[in-house]
Amino acid sequence: MQLILESLFNGVAIGSVLLIAALGLAIVFGLMGVINLAHGELMMLGAYSTYITQLIFKQVSFLNPFYDSYVIVSIGIAFLVSGTVGILLERTVIRRLYGSPLETLLATWGVSLILQQFVRSVPLAYGSGLVIAIFISLFTPLILSDELLHGAKGKLIRACTWGVSALIGVGTGGVLSSLVSKLSRASARNVDVTAPSWMRGGIDFLGSTYPKTRLLIILITLISVLVVIFFLDKTAWGLRIRAVTQNRPMSECLGISTEKVDIITFGIGSGLAGVAGVAVSLLGSVGPNVGVNYIVGCFMVVVLGGVGNLLGTILASLSIGLMTDLIGAGRLLTIWPDMPSPLASTVDFFATTSMARVMIFALIVLFLQFSPTGMFPQKGRMVES
Amino acid sequence: MKLSKRIFAGLATTSLALTVTACGGSDTSGNFDDTITVGILHSLSGTMAISESTLVDTEKMAIEEINAAGGVNVNGKKYKIKYIVEDGASDWPTFAEKSKKLIDQDGVPVVFGGWTSASRKAMLPVYESKDAFLYYPIQYEAQECSNNIFYTGATPNQQSEPATDFMYKRSPAAGGDFFLVGSDYVFPRTSNTITKAQVKQLGGKVVGEDYLPLGNTEVAPIISKIKVALPDGGIIINTLNGDQNVAFFKQIQDAGITPSNGYYVMNYSIAEEEISTIGPEFLEGHYGAWNYMMSIDTPASKKFAKSFKKRWGSDRVVADPQESAYNMVYLWKQAVEDAGTFDNNAVREALVGQTFDAPQGPVEVMPNHHLSQTVRIGEINSKGGFTILEETGVVKPQAWNQKHPSSKGYACDWTDPKKGEKYKL
Repeated sequence: MQLILESLFNGVAIGSVLLIAALGLAIVFGLMGVINLAHGELMMLGAYSTYITQLIFKQVSFLNPFYDSYVIVSIGIAFLVSGTVGILLERTVIRRLYGSPLETLLATWGVSLILQQFVRSVPLAYGSGLVIAIFISLFTPLILSDELLHGAKGKLIRACTWGVSALIGVGTGGVLSSLVSKLSRASARNVDVTAPSWMRGGIDFLGSTYPKTRLLIILITLISVLVVIFFLDKTAWGLRIRAVTQNRPMSECLGISTEKVDIITFGIGSGLAGVAGVAVSLLGSVGPNVGVNYIVGCFMVVVLGGVGNLLGTILASLSIGLMTDLIGAGRLLTIWPDMPSPLASTVDFFATTSMARVMIFALIVLFLQFSPTGMFPQKGRMVES
Repeated sequence: MKLSKRIFAGLATTSLALTVTACGGSDTSGNFDDTITVGILHSLSGTMAISESTLVDTEKMAIEEINAAGGVNVNGKKYKIKYIVEDGASDWPTFAEKSKKLIDQDGVPVVFGGWTSASRKAMLPVYESKDAFLYYPIQYEAQECSNNIFYTGATPNQQSEPATDFMYKRSPAAGGDFFLVGSDYVFPRTSNTITKAQVKQLGGKVVGEDYLPLGNTEVAPIISKIKVALPDGGIIINTLNGDQNVAFFKQIQDAGITPSNGYYVMNYSIAEEEISTIGPEFLEGHYGAWNYMMSIDTPASKKFAKSFKKRWGSDRVVADPQESAYNMVYLWKQAVEDAGTFDNNAVREALVGQTFDAPQGPVEVMPNHHLSQTVRIGEINSKGGFTILEETGVVKPQAWNQKHPSSKGYACDWTDPKKGEKYKL
């Protein structure tokens, strides 16, 4: 019983990291068909946001009493930061490349390299200032009325909002770098997010220890998945997104602004990558390469689950998680100790982390041979097919 | 035609600019008769940049110190050392390519460079075919002995063997079972083969081992395995690399694998630099084994740490790889002065037998192109340094490990033409 419980927990824990990382990609790649290789770097930005939030809570005196809750705050901040950068990426690059997957792939790969080098060579304080400036200049047009923006003095007003947001960005950069000295210098060094004391250690239950950080990540994943499902199934924008996914020209004919839908879908997908970044930062260190380690796993999950299907993504990540634990930790031998010897030695051979990965990849390839479109193939008539 | 000309001109300007910046060593001061240019080849970009850039800093500092003290004195002529820094870009073929460039194009007599074994293995054929000389400063798995490489880091018998001995006989977990964890590449695998043979000799038991693919930070399966294999605590030997250590230590602490529960981790890749990145709160009470530790309380060690902080900033730390890099520059200078020439073959002969009062204590170059050095075992303390628990005498290096089944009974000696790279003892 204890063994089953422990194995199940580990599987779900590993799976939930994969799931939160792949969730944003499932939306961007699955629903929009955009191969976004910069998804990992959007996660990295989320991880860095956690680090910056942590430092601000530590250094700024009036936030200090709330230090223990910085992780919760950073989830929101990471969502906004990665979402903003994602929307910028969509507006400047991806928008021009819809329908040409190869070019999108190359362009987003280039963007991922730029983002990696960006966090290496730009002081984090000014980096955050830049993101804030972009955020403000992207969202002020939504607040201001159309009359103001496109009226007689529209040009002037738009120029003003840009100027103001640039000023605010530079200002925040300056304030941050003077407040938190660690943010004022560029560094290629990996940094570290330390979990607040209430999140350290584990909870003992039925004779095994369950790490609290893992429990929190499972919780974050669960909430994110529920929110996404609710958003897609129950809201008007969710309906529009699904409509555009299924038939773009027809939705356009019916008066749906596909451009807005694209922005929102991509923004949400990117924001979820930021939330994944928070989760990842609690497990390991935060560095420019943190996203590269996850991107392959993310694509694997989405492809295995079936492109464009959230339920598939969830099941795929959980089953990969469970398999990693079953094979990698050698559980099969513990469950069935008197396995016949040739089988036992094979199982033992694959019971290391490296070989377990080989095994899982092989199994996925095998599975895709029989079901090329994943666990849950998209049904119905698509405009592309 | 026009376009290609323009591109060519652009390339020429950039390369000129690069050469100018690359050669911009230190300012001319003092009276020198001539200059000599050496090569420095480490990763300044990519994943290894974090670690390797500290070596570039140290090597520059050593060169500046030598220049300030009058440079290299060859047959009464004073040479000022200049350097060309090349970027290996964390990409192993690039290391080989840049080595060729430094040797053929720049004509440097010596290259100080490398960190990972993979980069060294990529460079080795270049130096052997051109009969050039590489100085390599990192503790490594040995099982190699080239006439064209000088290794100033520890071999396994100068790091892991004394450490295993300490863990099994004198640590709080003495007599306990072993679990081996490492990154999946040549150093951890070779090092663990040696450890397994040694534990068997000592009468202990290795109850499990696992390797994490480079870049992977999911350690949950390894933690489950450790808990099954060592339910009541024991000894963990850790050869994980870089930031995988952060993930490992964060997660084992949450899972209750801590010194207070009887689990003690001995680390071969965690020095002062890494402790500050991972955070001492995760590492306190675990162990490390090195030749040099910043907390060594001797004037030479303090001077080394002080001058490094003075040159590069008060928040910087010095660690074992940097000390090795520092030593090799000085040993090269001494060998050149003794040989009376920059010629490789003469310098190689003069190098063996050189002694140097290093920050760690006296070191001596052995006929197998490795250094004899002191081994220290330290416990990681809350301040982010090591509390030194044990210090061996000077240990001679074994290029061919005597506990590894494939190299038992072999040794290397480049001073005797009959013996060479690998001979039977």
